[in-house]
Amino acid sequence: MAVKWRETLEKIDDQRWLLPKEYKPGMRVPGLVFASEKMLGVIGQDQALEQVANVAFLPGIVNYSMAMPDIHWGYGFPIGGVAAMRVEDGVISPGGVGFDINCGTRVMRTSLREDEVRPHLKELVNQIFRDIPAGIGGSGLVKVSMKEIDEVMVQGVGWALEQGYAWPEDVDAVEGGGALKGANTDKVSKRAKQRGAPQLGTLGSGNHFLEIQVIDEVYDSEKAETMGIDGPGQVMVFIHCGSRGLGHQTCQDYLEVMEEAASKYKIQLPDKQLACAPIGSKEGQDYLGAMTAAANFAFCNRQLIAHWTRQAFQRVLGRDAREELGMHLVYDVAHNIAKIEQHRVNGKEMTVCVHRKGATRAFPPGHPDVPRRYQQTGQPVLVPGDMARYSYICAGTEQAMSETWGSSCHGAGRVQSRHAAKRMLKGVDVARRLAQRGIYVRAQNRGLLAEEASEAYKDVAEVVDVLDEAGIAGKVARMRPIGVIKG
Amino acid sequence: MVLEGPFMPRPPFEILEHTADVGIVAHGDSLAELFANAAIGMFAIMAELEGVRQTEERRIEVEGRDHEGLMVRWLTELLYYLDAEELLFSRFVVEEVSETRLRARAFGERIDAERHRLHFGVKAVTRHMLEVAQEEDDYRAQVLFDI
Repeated sequence: MAVKWRETLEKIDDQRWLLPKEYKPGMRVPGLVFASEKMLGVIGQDQALEQVANVAFLPGIVNYSMAMPDIHWGYGFPIGGVAAMRVEDGVISPGGVGFDINCGTRVMRTSLREDEVRPHLKELVNQIFRDIPAGIGGSGLVKVSMKEIDEVMVQGVGWALEQGYAWPEDVDAVEGGGALKGANTDKVSKRAKQRGAPQLGTLGSGNHFLEIQVIDEVYDSEKAETMGIDGPGQVMVFIHCGSRGLGHQTCQDYLEVMEEAASKYKIQLPDKQLACAPIGSKEGQDYLGAMTAAANFAFCNRQLIAHWTRQAFQRVLGRDAREELGMHLVYDVAHNIAKIEQHRVNGKEMTVCVHRKGATRAFPPGHPDVPRRYQQTGQPVLVPGDMARYSYICAGTEQAMSETWGSSCHGAGRVQSRHAAKRMLKGVDVARRLAQRGIYVRAQNRGLLAEEASEAYKDVAEVVDVLDEAGIAGKVARMRPIGVIKG
Repeated sequence: MVLEGPFMPRPPFEILEHTADVGIVAHGDSLAELFANAAIGMFAIMAELEGVRQTEERRIEVEGRDHEGLMVRWLTELLYYLDAEELLFSRFVVEEVSETRLRARAFGERIDAERHRLHFGVKAVTRHMLEVAQEEDDYRAQVLFDI
């Protein structure tokens, strides 16, 4: 059934579109889509907007079922979806978090200039590629026991700090201090722990990456300076990965639990994949505890990857990562997560469970959960693009807090399936094409690169511009890649 | 490439496209063959299976609520061995399969990044557009994977 979305959606302004409650009987709230008119054409090509409508069925949903401009077709929830449910009578849904629990991004600064790194780029990328397994198989440099896995899931980045894989100042540059409260490791299955244990400190595959990037434009120099960004030409590191098999299995385990719970609590769902349970129920609390534990594992995973990256820079450049290279963490933010948060709704305080499925937190200046160093700027929002173009750093705003539960977009979003991209780029050596643009890429399988090429993704600049113009996340700086590691 | 025509045998599976991810449509003359072919399809997404030796064997038993549930459990169990033991399977013998129970043996070897031609990992088996159906003698399963 082809829906004429342009006729169904009501234009609010140049960045906002309303999906009326009347679109589908059963919707408890309308949908709110952030996009430019131009982007709607692409967004409307698959089932993503239908999924926005489906999420609006969930009990306890407040205000809107929201979609960020990078929205695309997911499993139950659209990827790029944001929804908050009242804690008293709302539900929590593993589909609103996704398989890769706390998939997220992390950006490190350096004091290096591009011309200092260029002569060592290949060596640097190769060293990182050796130390941080990417792709299928390969275990991390650190071996953890089943007991230690439990500690990782409670302490997150704190565990890495204890073991010497973090600097003390890293901790508060991670969302939630790198250790979200409420982790319940007893609710994570043995199977999940066994899948995750060998994978701590690994990137995984798919769209996960580690990139050496260079600042190529600064939009807000005051905020940039606070974030350790000096100006064009500065070398940065961008990491994108999640909780590996531990998170994937945890989601899988609870999808089954929730399928039963949904029928037990008589929750009517338009799609089985939205299976959920009341937040306060045993099933809801068990999932929340397990999901939080998996999220902390992911924070620790990205910390270890950052650690081995610092080690690689230190080794290749022969300079101290902290004192001489200034490789400080700018921020680390989750984009597949559900969190219990306080928000103001119609002037009243409300406790809600915010599902961010392919969306990042974007808290404003002055918010108590924003680290002290970012109290004036707002929380850094990290938005990766594709491996040939650029990525962005933005900052959270008061507008985001009042309109989107303090949330923003998480990336570019795909427009081409993997096979379509491969067909389109048949005979094209993507690695060589990148090399011609000064980008050195290493991947487990070069053939895979076509599937992750720019052509497969939306232009992240369009995504970021919509949110910047809507006042949801202000642009701070743009980076372009020079070294890419792909799974 | 999908082989078609009267002289071509039906392929054990075909690749299904999805914007963000990849899926398969598997076929079988029996339910047992269908489950084995679905597993072949999932591992073929991750690696070229011709080069995978069969030096390791794992016995697998799973239960599920129905055929769809059983399919998710079966493929997820195989992903467990991939993550926890780095095992790449290339042959499956389904010894027993009912509406709710499956018993099988999986053959393969440990991943060798030098020798194996690896593609990309499957994170999870989704319930998105999941179908296990029988049309006369043709058993058919559609499974989408989170990549």
